[in-house]
Amino acid sequence: MGINTKEFIKSIDGEVLTDTQNLENVIIEGGYVSDLLSDVMGNARENQVWITIMKHLNVIAVAALANMNCVCFANNVTPDQTVIDKAIEENVCLIKSGLSTFEIAGRLYQLMHQ
Amino acid sequence: MAEYWNITENAQVNFEKFKKEKPEPEMSITYKVGHKDFVNSGKASSEIKLMLKRLGVNPEILRRVAVASYEAEINVTAHSIGGNIICDIYLDCVHIKFKDNGPGIKSLEKALEPGWSTADDLVREMGFGAGLGLPNIKKNSDIMHIDSEESKSTLLEIIIFY
Repeated sequence: MGINTKEFIKSIDGEVLTDTQNLENVIIEGGYVSDLLSDVMGNARENQVWITIMKHLNVIAVAALANMNCVCFANNVTPDQTVIDKAIEENVCLIKSGLSTFEIAGRLYQLMHQ
Repeated sequence: MAEYWNITENAQVNFEKFKKEKPEPEMSITYKVGHKDFVNSGKASSEIKLMLKRLGVNPEILRRVAVASYEAEINVTAHSIGGNIICDIYLDCVHIKFKDNGPGIKSLEKALEPGWSTADDLVREMGFGAGLGLPNIKKNSDIMHIDSEESKSTLLEIIIFY
């Protein structure tokens, strides 16, 4: 049901910001694009990749609380080290990509429906 | 309107039983919430989630508790001068009370409307202020009760059955 995380990262030319060794544990069953925390909490589902341009600490808190194990930053948005550390602590995988949210979502959709 | 109740149909029987039997909580923990303390805001909710996880509560229930609790915790942080969270854990449910020290909700009716918000720029910069807090809490809880008045304190409490 889920897609291969490494394949997804390759398809968006992404860079993993957290521990690269645990990628096997990252489950991707869909995606959600949003830059509003309450929208994510209200509408995103477990095991979706959250694609966003927000990079503050609350993003990690929301991802962890809503059982989303992967956050993908678009437009080369790079969070501070404190945010990355928190993500590692909470077991949330962080990926960044130079592509836009639209492009990332499109490539993920393609991977899921090929 | 100073008081609001939302009781989901599925929880009615359990809630009546809960009110009648008034069980003692297995565990009760109190957390402090500081005014605009966005650095620590969310810690109580993640601790509550972790505790329930250790007790074997299923992941979907954990997610609902975490979302409802985090939204409420953010509300206290963003809109009040500070307050407390009291989390009572029972065998079949969790009861979380969010009590702040004011200044109260001017219009509870409006606050419950999706998209309506009084959040300031700082709160919006943090990614909140979409006006979806109370609707999300309602959506993810079995029982939701708000008691508030302008210039007074606010109590929001939720119960979620496992």
